[in-house]
Amino acid sequence: MSIFNFFRQAPRKSVAEEAKERLQIVLAHERAAGSSPDYLPILQRELLAVIAKYVQIDEKKVEVSFERGGDYSTLEVNIELPPPSPDKGVRTRGTATNTAGGDAASAAKAATAAKRA
Amino acid sequence: MAKVIVMTSGKGGVGKTTSSAAFATGLALRGFKTVVIDFDVGLRNLDLIMGCERRVVFDFVNVINGEAKLNQALIKDKRVENLFILPTSQTRDKDALTKEGVEKILDELKKDFDYILCDSPAGIEKGALMALYFADHAIIVTNPEVSSVRDSDRILGVLASKSRRAELNQEPVQEHLLLTRYDPERVERGDMLKVDDVLEILAIPLLGVVPESTAVLRASNIGMPVTLDEKSNANKAYTDAVARFLGETVEHRFMKPEKKGFLDRLLRRTA
Ligand SMILES: Nc1ncnc2c1ncn2[C@@H]1O[C@H](COP(=O)(O)OP(=O)(O)OP(=O)(O)O)[C@@H](O)[C@H]1O
Ligand SMILES: [Mg+2]
Repeated sequence: MSIFNFFRQAPRKSVAEEAKERLQIVLAHERAAGSSPDYLPILQRELLAVIAKYVQIDEKKVEVSFERGGDYSTLEVNIELPPPSPDKGVRTRGTATNTAGGDAASAAKAATAAKRA
Repeated sequence: MAKVIVMTSGKGGVGKTTSSAAFATGLALRGFKTVVIDFDVGLRNLDLIMGCERRVVFDFVNVINGEAKLNQALIKDKRVENLFILPTSQTRDKDALTKEGVEKILDELKKDFDYILCDSPAGIEKGALMALYFADHAIIVTNPEVSSVRDSDRILGVLASKSRRAELNQEPVQEHLLLTRYDPERVERGDMLKVDDVLEILAIPLLGVVPESTAVLRASNIGMPVTLDEKSNANKAYTDAVARFLGETVEHRFMKPEKKGFLDRLLRRTA
């Protein structure tokens, strides 16, 4: 590192700039009708009902989280399934991605699911 | 034709009541017969800021319920010609205000006044909805701070969907941004949102920028609308805003830190 680098500070975002960015992101979502994840509790209930048809699950072992981003948002559903045999646990994990401003219906277009043993 | 203005914000404590008192006084000083109504049922405060708390006999809700005549409840300001206050009630009954009741009073006031200014309570509940429902103009009071800006955006959405003008598909309520408690020095340091940032986000016309000012607290302590405090910057900012509201072109001020002398700057460094 040269001595010049020492003085040349990385262009740090000011607090005000950060505030502006956060506001722009959250408002872009709030303005787009239907983008606010009011549906999360219902989604969680319905998911549980579907899964419960096939396996026994513990309601407390289900996590639904939503994170807003600038270009896309992530919906993450984490369900811990009971072990198929007494010694193994299975976690099912699904992620839905949606582009900013897109409606909820198209949200699930890039859904991926991964199963881990 | 009388105009109804609502002073609203969504967020609490941003300066609606201060601005209502100052703006109503400003309009009256310009010769318009103005009444300012406190819509904050249960939390009467406008009377204190206007300095008429000892003269309240009847209130808004008494008039709606037919327990008093409108002219018995209206309080005439002792300092400014053409200025009247309609205080709110201290009842805890949230349903005290009804659309029909409020409409009846506004219609009666419209016959007699040029401007009817509604000081909204915080929130987006019934009281705030009542205050904005009949508005022709909305002054959105915002502080340069994230939660205030977000709530202003919410209230703009409410105006666009739940006001009478929206419901009847009339021309929309005219929106004006009043940015208050602005601190140019903190903005300069990058600690506070700039006027331009807030304007870019909310995208409504700027009515004025009111600087953070010690004169506001002083004025409220003695029950004097800050527009009567000749020397203060807050007074000048509100007076400018009133002029702009009336269609005059007035350059914005108080957006840059005041020029400081060498000594001041030296002292601030160590402060
Ligand atoms: N420009 C200013 N400079 C300094 N202090 C201010 C300024 N404007 C308002 N205040 C202070 O902020 C506080 C809140 O103001 P005010 O009561 O007008 O807000 P409000 O939006 O009506 O609140 P509420 O939502 O509770 O009705 C008061 O103490 C007031 O003195
Ligand atoms: Mg108030």
